[in-house]
Amino acid sequence: MMRVVAVILVGVALQLALPAQAADAVPTEMDPVKAARAVKLAEKLRCLVCQNQTIADSNAELANDLRGQIREQIAAGRSDDEILQYMTNRYGDFVLYQPPFKATTVLLWLGPGILLLGGIAVLLRNLARRRAGEVAGEIALTDEEKSRAAQLLGGDTGKNPS
Amino acid sequence: MNRKLLIPLVVFIVLCGFLFAGLWRDPREVPSPLVGKPAPAFTLAQLDVPDKAFGTADMKGQVWLLNVWASWCVSCREEHPLLVEFAKAKIAPVIGLNYKDQPAPGKQWLAQNGDPYTTSVQDRDGRVGIDYGVYGVPETFVIDKAGTIRYKQIGPITPEALEKTILPLVRELQKS
Repeated sequence: MMRVVAVILVGVALQLALPAQAADAVPTEMDPVKAARAVKLAEKLRCLVCQNQTIADSNAELANDLRGQIREQIAAGRSDDEILQYMTNRYGDFVLYQPPFKATTVLLWLGPGILLLGGIAVLLRNLARRRAGEVAGEIALTDEEKSRAAQLLGGDTGKNPS
Repeated sequence: MNRKLLIPLVVFIVLCGFLFAGLWRDPREVPSPLVGKPAPAFTLAQLDVPDKAFGTADMKGQVWLLNVWASWCVSCREEHPLLVEFAKAKIAPVIGLNYKDQPAPGKQWLAQNGDPYTTSVQDRDGRVGIDYGVYGVPETFVIDKAGTIRYKQIGPITPEALEKTILPLVRELQKS
């Protein structure tokens, strides 16, 4: 009996929850394919008011307006690229979460790779050196140092502390 | 050996240099792609006379300022006295874009704080704002005689920005 009641309650809760969520995401009546496209595009764009959120996530009024623009333009039959172009024409490359590859962004795109390759090169060189027996920082001891070392290590030449 | 020890130090100093320079940069100031491009055309109802339209075409041949403002905008109050002064000096016409606002509070705001605008137009749904890449009100554009955007101020106009950038630019544009 309890179980039946629980199942019914869960069912009712889902009934209540699902339409509400759908209404949150896409307020206009749109076919699901286009709506999904709108959400995908909104996720690619940065909200300029709260800069670490996408337009899809943000509740800022501008983000809301821009979501409206996206939906409108999809309804008007524009392609994804055209819509992204519309946004960058107005707000610059900064609106794109994935910045385009061009002269000013070469370092941004290639920097991590260059750093990684540099790190690997240094590592390989050090390993090769170590294999060759040339351990970094090892310097031959002078005779005086050798005897002092032996002394400290408790060899015959040294006096044992009483 | 000694030289090798210097490498991390040099890297550290260079890194510090970048971080240090970053302290004075405002991440909210996004360079506008619109500077150097034609100002997006608009024709909108005026705030005072809603049945009379006003647009970019009416400003052709003049150097003018487009100031995006709203009665709900707090930092607009900060720059407003400067705009009033600028308008009093009759240096160049200032057109107000009343962004996402209602006419009644907009008019009341101007009555309270002074009206520096040659005219204000109503951008109630914020669409013209989007065309101008507006994301933080107030914003101010300097537009030349040919209708090209020459400068964009994001956020309130400061006395320095007015003295050092906007005024010299307007004067120079007026000469040409």
